[in-house]
Amino acid sequence: MSGDGALIASGVMHGFAGIKVLDGVDLGIPRGGILAILGPSGSGKTTLLHILGGLLTPDAGRIERPFERPAFVFQDPLLLPWRTARGNVAFGLAGQRLSRAERLSRVRSMLIKVGLGHDDAGLYPHQLSGGMKKRVALARALAVEPDFLLLDEAFSALDVGLSREMQQLVRLDAQERGVTVALVTHDLSEAVRLADRAVVLAGRPGRIVARLSIDRPARLRDDAFVDAEIRRITALDMIRDAFRPMLSG
Amino acid sequence: MPRISWRRLAGGGERRWAMLGLVIIVGLWEIGHRAYGDFVLPSPWATLLALGRLGAGGELGPAVLTTARDALSGFIVATLAGSLLGGLAGRSRPAKAMLQPLATILIGVPAIAWVVLSLLWFGGSGLAATFSVAVAVGPLVFVAAAQGTRTVDGGLRTMARAFRVPLGARIVDVYLPHVLSHLLPALGTALAMSWKVAVMAELLTGAGGIGDGLAAARAEVDTAKTMAWVVAVVALLLIVDRLIIEPVRRYFETWRRGLPGEAA
Ligand SMILES: Nc1ncnc2c1ncn2[C@@H]1O[C@H](COP(=O)(O)OP(=O)(O)OP(=O)(O)O)[C@@H](O)[C@H]1O
Ligand SMILES: [Mg+2]
Repeated sequence: MSGDGALIASGVMHGFAGIKVLDGVDLGIPRGGILAILGPSGSGKTTLLHILGGLLTPDAGRIERPFERPAFVFQDPLLLPWRTARGNVAFGLAGQRLSRAERLSRVRSMLIKVGLGHDDAGLYPHQLSGGMKKRVALARALAVEPDFLLLDEAFSALDVGLSREMQQLVRLDAQERGVTVALVTHDLSEAVRLADRAVVLAGRPGRIVARLSIDRPARLRDDAFVDAEIRRITALDMIRDAFRPMLSG
Repeated sequence: MPRISWRRLAGGGERRWAMLGLVIIVGLWEIGHRAYGDFVLPSPWATLLALGRLGAGGELGPAVLTTARDALSGFIVATLAGSLLGGLAGRSRPAKAMLQPLATILIGVPAIAWVVLSLLWFGGSGLAATFSVAVAVGPLVFVAAAQGTRTVDGGLRTMARAFRVPLGARIVDVYLPHVLSHLLPALGTALAMSWKVAVMAELLTGAGGIGDGLAAARAEVDTAKTMAWVVAVVALLLIVDRLIIEPVRRYFETWRRGLPGEAA
């Protein structure tokens, strides 16, 4: 776990206004690994992701984050309302030394990869659907060519087919360039398809109640494997306990 | 080119309604004239003739230029200082704590008091008008800029930080558009007020300008001339608002087209 270039978090604790949200979280992602963070709503997944990405300084704990170019997809898309889809993707590149032509071509090709054509690219956020906004946010993150990618429910506003496609895009991109990925999701199948390890956060304050690893290489995971894996995981007592408050209302 | 400008002056598609409003005002004016006579309210036509005489006599042009100089120089100083300090106050609590009461006090001082004070400080020079306008109008700009800067979306700021966007791009792309949506309406009001204060200052300093002309017309008890000067200053205000403020507003708010509650 403590290999070169790995992300390591140890003893992370955080609270808001005196209320503890995360307690004693330890985790690691080896370079190029994909970690899924699962858990019921309000268990602190977004908070943990922001801490891992360096947007939030935890009250206690240490983070080793040996990355140069992090990129986020936030739970809210957080697009600039006064920029078109194209302008929003370009905004993520503002910190990089690229020629204008290079920037434009990167923006265009990334928008096409997330399924937004030339006409969509000229629309403002308020003219886009929820799923289109999410895809613009994904394109903005991928265009950066990050070495550390943080995804907060990046595929949740998409229909099944599209969300599978976007997952594929992220997986291939991550594999090709050896990107380290942390992704938050409430969709177990998404975790099983993409991640090679997962942690389950639960309780208040949130603690890691389960650690899973999914060993088969991602490209060999067919639907049957995913189904079987989901069944195996949901049968685990600690998983059921973690999600029980949600299930029983 | 001149045709386009005239269209803008009349306000594009709503031109007819604007014209109707104007006709009603002139109609009421004429009725008032018939009721009260030449001395109290000269007819619109007599006013127009007086305005023509001012123009032909070579008084109008220089006066308009002087007033425009006084009002715009004060307005520009107010805009620069107000936005800069307002931006600072919106981002920093100590700055806000220090500057906000100051702005409140300055807003409370009547504009005419500034005119009198600046007369005492600067004498009859043109600087008196510039100074009066700047201090009377600056606090308005300050309040709007502070409000705009303070309410910039925290999520967008976090996003910009996450992508390590440099400060320049952050100011231009995250702060400015939001701040402008607060600032531009305030600038419209501030500009209108600038003319009023400038004319007021000129009236007392006698250093030229429309205000000076008003003072002279009053001394001559020439109501038509007085009205002519009033028409001149209102026309000036409208022209500057339509030709400068409105296009700027349009340019910065194209993205709003089609937002709920916005005209298409
Ligand atoms: N900025 C904040 N200020 C105060 N409390 C916060 C803040 N952000 C999060 N919290 C609190 O922290 C807890 C965890 O929030 P978080 O957003 O991390 O949950 P989550 O696991 O991402 O939930 P969801 O699945 O619904 O997105 C919640 O109880 C929330 O009220
Ligand atoms: Mg969340």
